[in-house]
Amino acid sequence: MSVDMKLERSAPQFITHEPLLHMTNISKRYGDVVALDHVGAKVYPGEVLGIVGESGSGKSTLLRMMNLQELPDQGTYHLDIETEKPNLFDMDRYARLQLRSRHIGIVYQNPHQGLLMKHTSSGNVAERLLIAGERSFANLRAKASDALDASEFPLERMDAPPIELSGGMQQRVQLAKAIALEPALLLLDEPTTGLDVSVQALVLDTLKRLQQDRKITMVIVSHDLGVIRTMADRVMVMRRGQVVEQGLVDQVFQDPQHAYTQQLVHAKL
Amino acid sequence: MTEAVLNVSGLTKSFQMHHLDNTLHAFRDVNFSLKQGEFVLLKGPNGVGKSTLLRTIYRTYLPVDGQVMFHSARGDIDLANAADIDVALLRAEEIGFVTQFLVARPRVAAEEIVAEPLRLAGVAPEDALDQARHWLNVFGVKEKLWKAYPTTFSGGEQQKVNLARALILPRRLLLLDEPTASLDAGARAALTQRLDELKKEGVAMIGVFHHPGDVADLVDRTIELTIVSEERRPADVAV
Repeated sequence: MSVDMKLERSAPQFITHEPLLHMTNISKRYGDVVALDHVGAKVYPGEVLGIVGESGSGKSTLLRMMNLQELPDQGTYHLDIETEKPNLFDMDRYARLQLRSRHIGIVYQNPHQGLLMKHTSSGNVAERLLIAGERSFANLRAKASDALDASEFPLERMDAPPIELSGGMQQRVQLAKAIALEPALLLLDEPTTGLDVSVQALVLDTLKRLQQDRKITMVIVSHDLGVIRTMADRVMVMRRGQVVEQGLVDQVFQDPQHAYTQQLVHAKL
Repeated sequence: MTEAVLNVSGLTKSFQMHHLDNTLHAFRDVNFSLKQGEFVLLKGPNGVGKSTLLRTIYRTYLPVDGQVMFHSARGDIDLANAADIDVALLRAEEIGFVTQFLVARPRVAAEEIVAEPLRLAGVAPEDALDQARHWLNVFGVKEKLWKAYPTTFSGGEQQKVNLARALILPRRLLLLDEPTASLDAGARAALTQRLDELKKEGVAMIGVFHHPGDVADLVDRTIELTIVSEERRPADVAV
């Protein structure tokens, strides 16, 4: 089966616009270890793609590449955000960084990775706006406050540093920072892993609501099938650096085709 | 002339169970068509594949053979082979699925769950909530529960929330999988009345009913499924 056949049953007939994210033939090795083996992905505007797979399947590596944090050994990556659509992996480092800070938002599992823990929460969000060229203090504060509010963060605590906040609140600050510039693409790497279940439900609800209201295109990586089922429209199942199956989330979870996906779904408590 | 909405031909579904090294046959070579405003009742013994057929049309299950030609407002498309993204679009716009199981996110209020399809279709949030409350009321969900989380409701109350959500938007095609199971008589009557209205609006419907008597006046045709294999598929795994 060719790589593209695995990606889609047939070409879209009613959806005529280009995918927002289009990756082809991505491979990456770390020494002898194959992290990604000819992986492709398409995400259409306003769509939520879930990526599941066990540790070491390559799902987080792929997400880091989507975030332009890491380059593959081969493969192409296009984002449909400007008329010129270069292979982003071919751009120089500075241009990649600029594109990333302007058009891609990310929420990490570990807030320490995404936030300056001893700065104020509002400052963490404003930093993103500063990078984009916003210089007026009043605007910075107003926009940071809007993003925090949209992330359902209690504004009376906006000047508290993340280190003083609960895990759920830290994730909301990360989310506010990620959406402050209204990115074309929002990446979520295990965004609720480690939160207790009631907090997880509230954070997921915020994410879902934001996604629906703003039609944000998202890619969410999680080993928790429940999180993917709640959030995603489509899901990609990865194993040993390959995509073994993908499809609509209800189809993949209720009628998994691949032996590995069947194991994964049947192992869910 | 009434327009055809769905033409199913040669539709076949089996499940390949890798860990059992076995294939379980659900149904084979199913053929039927459905027109605008037509109501088809699916009948047959337990386990014959009635729900499986509905889920295969909806593409929750992938067919192994055959065609599910859907005459969408956007054009004709074979759901058996359509791109996932097209199927997702049609589910949002034209094809509804009503099950007996609640599809809800935890910690989301009943009225929000019901209003969601309207919000997604572009209705202003307050108007969507007003309509949601109207339908919750029609199906007999008490007002004090509208802001509560349905994941904590009884089976019957969950089902009412489900129905209100599934039927709040008019669809071209509605697939009904035992929508009356676990409902009280009042809610069943409200459902029958709503289905009657939808039928008059031209919605094509096919469904399995726990109490077929409820919809006896709506039924235009009955399709009877028969056993093609003694093998059974283990219970669905809820994820």
